[in-house]
Amino acid sequence: MSDTRVTFARTAVELVESRADTALLYAEISGQYFAEAEHRLPDRIVNVGIREQLLVSAAAGMALAGLRPIAHTFASFLVERAFEQVKLGFNHQDVGGVLVSSGGSYDISAGGRTHQAPGDVALMDTLPDWRIHVPGHADEVADALRQAVAGSGRDYIRVTEAQNSRAHPVRPGAFLPIRHGSRATVVAVGPVLDPVLEATAGLDVSVLYASTVRPFDRAGLRRSLDAPDVVLVEPYLAGTSTRVVSEALTDLPHRVLALGVGRTELRRYGTPSEHQAAHGLDAAGIRRSLEGFLS
Amino acid sequence: MTTTATDRDLGYADLPRLMSLMTGDEKHSNAATSTLDVVWVLYERVLRVDPARPDDPDRDRFLLSKGHGPMAYYATLAARGFFPESWLPGWGSFDSALGHHPDRVLVPGVELSSGSLGHGLPIAVGVALGLRAQGRDAHVYVLVGDAELDEGSNQEAIELAVARGLTNLTLVVVDNASASYRERGHLSRRFCVEGWETTVVDGRDHDRIEQALLTRGAGPSVVIAEVEEKWS
Repeated sequence: MSDTRVTFARTAVELVESRADTALLYAEISGQYFAEAEHRLPDRIVNVGIREQLLVSAAAGMALAGLRPIAHTFASFLVERAFEQVKLGFNHQDVGGVLVSSGGSYDISAGGRTHQAPGDVALMDTLPDWRIHVPGHADEVADALRQAVAGSGRDYIRVTEAQNSRAHPVRPGAFLPIRHGSRATVVAVGPVLDPVLEATAGLDVSVLYASTVRPFDRAGLRRSLDAPDVVLVEPYLAGTSTRVVSEALTDLPHRVLALGVGRTELRRYGTPSEHQAAHGLDAAGIRRSLEGFLS
Repeated sequence: MTTTATDRDLGYADLPRLMSLMTGDEKHSNAATSTLDVVWVLYERVLRVDPARPDDPDRDRFLLSKGHGPMAYYATLAARGFFPESWLPGWGSFDSALGHHPDRVLVPGVELSSGSLGHGLPIAVGVALGLRAQGRDAHVYVLVGDAELDEGSNQEAIELAVARGLTNLTLVVVDNASASYRERGHLSRRFCVEGWETTVVDGRDHDRIEQALLTRGAGPSVVIAEVEEKWS
């Protein structure tokens, strides 16, 4: 299985090489993957140094000049540190662009809180008109990036290390029904699909897979519901998509269980899988929560 | 939008009257008048822009980063025919395209939606990089106030613009000494140290402003236009 971040980098370089309207900006991070191509394409592959506010603003400026920019760094710096630049550079100027983060919620588990951004999707979700991709496989990373660059809108692609055993086609706005059951619908976002499938084995529940979580497939969720019970499993801040589910089901008495990364700072190092378990996002944790919810 | 021949005939002498049509943002009147001459000289003598072709990819870009007090800017755009004079009196009202900070989506000729300080120069660096990457020789002018340079985001852009040799970028600092912790003369030393082609001019002298705006160096250029001190 390919590494997700390497796949992102290779695909990004390939896109900049094949499309004269595309540029890649980065801020030191992932430079090991870009340096060689940067020599060949110095005007359209630009390292801005350790300058994340500039990374986002300059990408927006490139969009104003008529290019399709890809801007990349860790999620904590791309979305959280430079959030006002995202809001004003892209939304308020009304230009498109592709933001690609790595690191996610706890890829850099041993690095501590400074390098962890479980709130990135929730923050991006405060802004209108962003497609938010949470690919669960390296092939989905490449697919999402190619689709995003070919478009003209605003795309945020969250590239993280964890991946599922197999890839699914990226279809923004349409969740993929994986399994049908009658007691509840479980929405698995990106790389949590494998643990969700393990956790739901033998349970009478539907499973929907979302590799793009905004737009949220409200109609698909409605179609999948036999009982109005929804379980969200998101690999970032728990509850991020609760409001969308709530909006989708306003006319229907329903229950929602929102699983994801907890709000409390863990203050632990260790491995990503230890963090996943600590947040109850491994198969055993998801199973426990599901049994409680369904009992 | 309709543009009348009369609008195109307006000149510098009309600006005070046009500005007087906009009331309600007097707290920013210092900010507005400080930029008046620089903005006028840009549009009358320097920028290669045409109100009939606002989307021409090869047009020069003027980004007003310091969006506060845009009365002089709006007056100039109206005088140059980007939108009718009749838009001015209703500014700031619910149905007006003209806000107390400009919005590029609403106002013909406006290249940057601004108001929050410290965004214009970093965005301008991206515009300059993007134009160069496409082989376009359009020039990018961006205007900040001296106090706006307090924002640290500018420093990121000041360094990168030199590192990337952005000869197609000119920063105009309208210096009305409004920053709390800076002295006259400090700005030119700072930009010289960073490697910018630096010119200091009287911000009311149109010929000197024009000459400075057209000065090019080995990297990006900065024009420090000194005007009356805000608090004097």
